[in-house]
Amino acid sequence: MIDLLELKNICFSRENKKILDDINLKLDNGKFYVITGPNGSGKSTLAKIIMGIEKPDSGKVIFNGKDITNMEIDERAKLGIGFAFQQPVHFKGITVYDLLSIASKTNLTKEDACNILSKVGLCALEYVDREINKSLSGGELKRIEIATILAKKPKFAIFDEPEAGIDLWSFKNLINIFKELHENLGTTSLVISHQERILNIADMIILIDSGKITKVTTKDDFVSGILNIKRCCLGDDFNE
Amino acid sequence: MNSSDIALLEEVIPEKFNKIDAYNIRKNGKCVDRKISQYINIETKEDGTGIDIYVKDDTLFGIINIPVIITESGLKDIVYNDFHIGKNSNITIISGCAIHNDSCNNSEHDGIHRFFLEENSKVKYVEKHYGKGIGTAKKILNPTTEIIMKKNSYMLIDSAQLKGVDNTLRKTKATLYDNATLIINEKILTNNNQYAKTDFLVDLLGENSSVHVTSRSVAEDNSYQEFISNLIGHSSCYGHVECDAIIKDNGQVKSIPEIFAKNIDANLIHEASIGKIAGDQFIKLMTLGLTAKEAEEKIINGFLR
Repeated sequence: MIDLLELKNICFSRENKKILDDINLKLDNGKFYVITGPNGSGKSTLAKIIMGIEKPDSGKVIFNGKDITNMEIDERAKLGIGFAFQQPVHFKGITVYDLLSIASKTNLTKEDACNILSKVGLCALEYVDREINKSLSGGELKRIEIATILAKKPKFAIFDEPEAGIDLWSFKNLINIFKELHENLGTTSLVISHQERILNIADMIILIDSGKITKVTTKDDFVSGILNIKRCCLGDDFNE
Repeated sequence: MNSSDIALLEEVIPEKFNKIDAYNIRKNGKCVDRKISQYINIETKEDGTGIDIYVKDDTLFGIINIPVIITESGLKDIVYNDFHIGKNSNITIISGCAIHNDSCNNSEHDGIHRFFLEENSKVKYVEKHYGKGIGTAKKILNPTTEIIMKKNSYMLIDSAQLKGVDNTLRKTKATLYDNATLIINEKILTNNNQYAKTDFLVDLLGENSSVHVTSRSVAEDNSYQEFISNLIGHSSCYGHVECDAIIKDNGQVKSIPEIFAKNIDANLIHEASIGKIAGDQFIKLMTLGLTAKEAEEKIINGFLR
């Protein structure tokens, strides 16, 4: 069976600093992956390389058996890759409905757009015709960003820290969106996150540190590994 | 008017003009058709330099079309149109000038529009400029708008000039009395070697008078735009000018703000931003499957919507 995504020997340096150092990774179809690690470890850069926003210095990106290393962002999007940004972009004059219509590539009705907005916890009638400008809060922009992924229905969705700024919206709803993508649309997800509640629903957790993948493990193995570390550090004071 | 005149007219008038309450169509410097109503009268000025439009007090939901078409090359047309808007009336005025010039002699239309808004009146004024032609002649449009707004009156101006016009000097001068509100939305797109200059001067004389000017412009190729705004607050008033411009290729945009508070309670704001399309806007739309060119079109069309 072909892997959905394969990264082969990906290296990426800037200003004499190795940001990604010989990354090799295979992702299966239909699974929910969480990538975690310290700040500055290369997580976002890796996600951008998959989407084509950054180009690797060396190595290959294979998607559905096809070498996409030299493909542009839009070509990758057309193959079925979606990307939710950590810091969503403002536009002047482009409305929420416009953005969802572009994402869906179909004749999205206002009703369809409203349904999608409701799923991300936004009062649809209030938001569907609003411009995506600075009048929207960080949390609102974040939810609209996630809504674009729901509208796009990608085969493979990348979320860069989707939980940031969703304080007014429950984690439960966010997790329901991941479930909908997975169960209803068969989407494979790669989520960059530090959040335990997101780590908890992962099929596989990828740990990255100083530009290298140090571990690819199941959630249970990851949790027991952390508990072991805590046990070592805290000794008798450790309370599970 | 022949069919090509009507096609040209439809570039600046969105609706079928003959369904409108009142209209005056000017072609190559002369009135070619006119309709008046019980509430809206249009009269030619005695000296023949233009028209007077009279809207009776308490006229509600009236629509007036005042289009101009120029198909004769080498013509310089100057017209003075005065709009007298009666008390408590609510009117939409659609104006515009379309020039078709395929030759080598310049065509020019200078429309001087004066608005006199009586107390509690409300006006929506839509103005569109359009130029086409394959010749070397310049299509020149120089609109001047002068507005006197009496107590509690309201005016919304939507103006658009998207390509086709080689040279423009747009002047707007307004005087606002107590509780009067003026909103101006201006959209300009220039390309090739086009030149567009807009110049606003607003005197906020009355208590609680307010003005909000939004200018969105795109300068492509080797075109040049200049935006001058001057708000003067003489009383307890509010003024806000927002100038946003996108530059492409060798396009240039200059914004010159002037705000002058002559009263301790005047609150005047000027905001301006000029720059190329942000890279992250391109990237976001490309992640949704648009090519770089399609993304640019979406961003510019949205910006000038």
